[in-house]
Amino acid sequence: MLAVRVIQEQGIEVEGINFYTGFCVEGHTHAIRERDQKKPKRNNALWSAEQLGIKLHIEDISEEYKDVVLNPKHGYGANLNPCLDCKIFMVGKASLMINKAREHAADNGFDFIITGEVMGQRPNSQLKHKLPIIARESGADDRLLRPLSAKNMPKTLPEREGWVDREKLYGFSGRSRKPQFALAKQFGFTEWATPAGGCCFLTDENYSRKLADLWQARGERDYELDDIMLLKVGRHLRPAPHYKLIVAREDGENHFMMGYRKQFAHVMPLDHGGPFVLVDGKPTAEDLVFAARVSGRFGQGRERELLKFEITDASGVSRQVDVAPLKASEIPEGWYL
Amino acid sequence: MARHTLDARRLLCPLPVIRTQNAMKNLAPGDVLEVTATDPGVLQDIPAWCRINGHKVLSSCREAGEIHIEIEHGGADAP
Repeated sequence: MLAVRVIQEQGIEVEGINFYTGFCVEGHTHAIRERDQKKPKRNNALWSAEQLGIKLHIEDISEEYKDVVLNPKHGYGANLNPCLDCKIFMVGKASLMINKAREHAADNGFDFIITGEVMGQRPNSQLKHKLPIIARESGADDRLLRPLSAKNMPKTLPEREGWVDREKLYGFSGRSRKPQFALAKQFGFTEWATPAGGCCFLTDENYSRKLADLWQARGERDYELDDIMLLKVGRHLRPAPHYKLIVAREDGENHFMMGYRKQFAHVMPLDHGGPFVLVDGKPTAEDLVFAARVSGRFGQGRERELLKFEITDASGVSRQVDVAPLKASEIPEGWYL
Repeated sequence: MARHTLDARRLLCPLPVIRTQNAMKNLAPGDVLEVTATDPGVLQDIPAWCRINGHKVLSSCREAGEIHIEIEHGGADAP
């Protein structure tokens, strides 16, 4: 928001681009979980655009983004977060968009790209020596301007051409956000989106562990959008290498996961309140019965001797079973992903 | 004025907004798009997207777990 307002203050028209990778934290868990349904929801990109009075282009790059996640040229951060490759990819996409816009509207095209990056604010991708890599490898080159740190960097095309007054840009650097808070106050911003780092599931240790497990179990590093959605919900337990259980934690997850019942073998409680379970992988008939016993452990009938379930295999054939719920001690910690 | 429909059920935000954005690109000013979705986030996100881009929300309602939003194309140069 600050970077946009700094440029708007110079009388320059700005439009926003927001990329959807599939790993965005925002909104999904709120939308799924029952207990979060009453929390106020907003899409921060849309909200920010509205506060700034700019148009926003939201681009679904989830399919193309796979290559960034699976084959990051610059490697991963602390978890499976390919931050540097991610920024190169996104600035590259933005660069292609402005080039295309320039071709189609000579007078109304876009001249350069801005980002809100601050030198040294985040590890890895915002380090001083990494910022030029993003400009170079994205193809944006000197059409990429960081208004908040511009004075720490060589002049870019918009500064050299006089489209932007360099003197009215900033030279922020380092991890402290005090200068940004002061600028926000100056602009009259009283609310802003949560700082970066918490907006991508790939920076989350637990999520990354589940994604790595998925790749290992399938014997290949690949994923579909449904896979990465399901990593966001439920308890994930792997009792054996050939199958994994996704156990709903509450009604909202039950409802969401039931939407996947035609794609997976699953277990549905019949005579008690309890979790719906999706079974990923290649479970045997015995494994599905075992999945019912696991569901029993987490349901309201865990103290009963027998519980009734409908179990359905991957081909859609269902049957009813009565099984004893597992005891807590029968679920090893090592099964939890 | 033509009426169009968009099924965005089971999609989580921002995908319903993206599908709405893409559908609106092909509509003419005055056309109406009826979006059906299940993520309650659309009740905030689609009106916000419309405000930003000059379109008008004609109605929105939630019944039986589904959300219906009618949008009139505002003729703006939508992204």
